[in-house]
Amino acid sequence: MSEPTEREVLERVDRVRRRRPRVTDERITLSHGSGGKATHALVEALFVEAFRNPILEPLEDQAVFEVGQARLAFTTDSFVVSPLFFPGGDIGELAVNGTVNDLAVSGARPLYLSAGLILEEGFPVADLRRIVASMAAAAERAGVQVVTGDTKVVERGKADSCFINTAGIGVLERDVRLSVSAACPGDAVIVSGPVGDHGITIMLARGELGISSDLRSDTAPLTDLVGLVLEAAPQTRFIRDATRGGVATICNELAQASQVAVVLDERAIPVRPEVRGAAEILGIDPLYVACEGRFVAAVPGERAEAVVAALRGHPQGQGAAVIGHVAAEPPGLVLVDTAFGGTRILDMLVGDPLPRIC
Amino acid sequence: MRDRPAPPDAPTPATEGGPVAVTSAMRFVDEFRDRDTARAVAARIAELCEPGRRYGFMEICGGHTHTIYKHGIEDLLPEAVDLVHGPGCPVCVIPMGRVDDAIWIAEQEGVILTSFGDLLRVPGSRGSFLEAKARGCDIRMVYSPLDSLRIARENPDRRVVFMAIGFETTAPSTAVTVLRAAAEGISNFSVLCNHVSIIPALRAILAASDLRVDGFIGPGHVSTVIGCEPYRFIAERHGRPFVVAGFEPLDILQSIQMLLLQLHEGRSEVENQYTRVVSWEGNRKAVRAIEEVMEPRATFEWRGLGWIPDSALQLRKEYAAFDAERAWEVPAARVADPRACQCGEVLRGVIKPWQCRVFGTACTPEAPIGTCMVSSEGACAAYYNFGRFSRPRAAAARRG
Repeated sequence: MSEPTEREVLERVDRVRRRRPRVTDERITLSHGSGGKATHALVEALFVEAFRNPILEPLEDQAVFEVGQARLAFTTDSFVVSPLFFPGGDIGELAVNGTVNDLAVSGARPLYLSAGLILEEGFPVADLRRIVASMAAAAERAGVQVVTGDTKVVERGKADSCFINTAGIGVLERDVRLSVSAACPGDAVIVSGPVGDHGITIMLARGELGISSDLRSDTAPLTDLVGLVLEAAPQTRFIRDATRGGVATICNELAQASQVAVVLDERAIPVRPEVRGAAEILGIDPLYVACEGRFVAAVPGERAEAVVAALRGHPQGQGAAVIGHVAAEPPGLVLVDTAFGGTRILDMLVGDPLPRIC
Repeated sequence: MRDRPAPPDAPTPATEGGPVAVTSAMRFVDEFRDRDTARAVAARIAELCEPGRRYGFMEICGGHTHTIYKHGIEDLLPEAVDLVHGPGCPVCVIPMGRVDDAIWIAEQEGVILTSFGDLLRVPGSRGSFLEAKARGCDIRMVYSPLDSLRIARENPDRRVVFMAIGFETTAPSTAVTVLRAAAEGISNFSVLCNHVSIIPALRAILAASDLRVDGFIGPGHVSTVIGCEPYRFIAERHGRPFVVAGFEPLDILQSIQMLLLQLHEGRSEVENQYTRVVSWEGNRKAVRAIEEVMEPRATFEWRGLGWIPDSALQLRKEYAAFDAERAWEVPAARVADPRACQCGEVLRGVIKPWQCRVFGTACTPEAPIGTCMVSSEGACAAYYNFGRFSRPRAAAARRG
């Protein structure tokens, strides 16, 4: 048997990657929560298998369905961030914005939220007051109401101080059908602002690294910005907020679901110098670092400039930029045109460098 | 051996004074990633290649391998220059038996095992640290051995063990931590010492008959400690040019140019490209710290390279109280690598990662068989994560 060529090996690897993921681990590890490959395997092999239905199967960040005449979006998210309070926000604000954004990026107008709190015995009521006040303020800013909720308390040591789950419902008033599988060759890939602020802020706020900075979390509701994109480019294919796993994970999800290549220009990706510096020291790629107030959008190439101009006209979107384009080949891969002048791929994350970031 | 401005296991300012501010640090780095300068150096490299001749250069250090793939340096090199990946990835050379020993210690009553993050996923014969942690072992990631000492200070009723790995780059910080533990009289802290030396590994590689390397890109961070002198035998006795290089992409490109120039002029010398960090004589103080606390082991098993005499360090008798191998009777079972695994040939530069028979199929970053697929400095992981594409198709995609 002759030795396979590099090309043949790469094709074989591609075939292996296209196989349906399986969960072979005996126990849950932190990797399963990273938003990367292990999370995807868990979702596809365990959850989708069990709950299989046409609303779930597209694996968007929210379910979209019709009730009577109305198209509704529905989503849920849990928050376990540590520390609870950090520069630029806290767990309460995150819990509201996270769910609001998962609704908003479908093109929906977020309406109502639920809030479920799991509290550890001994948790200071003053901290709880602060968190709840911040949830109320975030809800007001985002134009949603918290209309139902639940509280559980567990014994000391059985949960870490305070976990929050929120679910939300919104209404789709525009005739848009955004989907992770809708990208086409020639589309532009846009990010709504500098990436990685939230994740690096949390890392530094833990105080274990001895690095100080003026960074603040970017947590914010994205409803207005999404509206601007959809007005400037009604044929927008896809929008997703870049939370766990960062911009890299979203681009991979897009490339795989749409069976296209996503080509990013490293020099065009906005990253604050403080984020780059800290990520460099920690050996982390900012493209994998979570944001809580940024999205990635794929829009028809000819509308890219109009979308960026519209975003930059809004106080939250001033750092918006076209960071790449969609090509037909090689399908399923994210390529990076490096600042140095070379090419590399950008894969899904394996393992979790930053647990409990949101 | 790391491609970062400071090795993450160097003492962090958290434990060594006030916090550092990160604001304008990147301006310094950007100069070493400049596209136009890169093109100019690449053009000079192409000129230096003699027609019809092929060149193989081994980058010894895993940090270099990572930089090469992350920045796509091969795209700037002529076809005639082939980069061969070497053995200098500290995680990759740890044999399975040592991972098993560490997990065995972590399973003992009251133990907290601390480790650098890159080790968490390395497979032992009974799984990785991450899996042991999920089974209930208290295994914590640290950025510095001093963090481990802090954990010992904060948990006087627990026994805290630091899984020490790395070449001469990281050995000084382990040594300094042991010295501090001794000075403070901290009795619940110990080290499972897996520190290795680069020179014996290079001798082993040079002795192999299947070596096809015309010159070496020398390890920058190791050389900050040991200096450049120890490499002289490679240039003089083995006739291979040797250039100690930094970790930014332009450093590597320039060191390739320097190697080609030596070959072009018929020279074979040790040169230092990384003068902004590495001095010829190295860091005597760091070497003294290592020598104070550690001594060579008679022999040590390297993954893929086998047993190499005098190639690793153990704690001296005077510091036996901090030696986890003396505190516990670890199983010390020798575990053969899985048969399909070809990490050894990858670490010796005999095959490229994609030429391994399990690359990307049975062995992936999610479910690694070999260590080279785990560490960010491992050649297989670097190729899988950054270099796994067809160049013609990528060129077409870039044009859009």
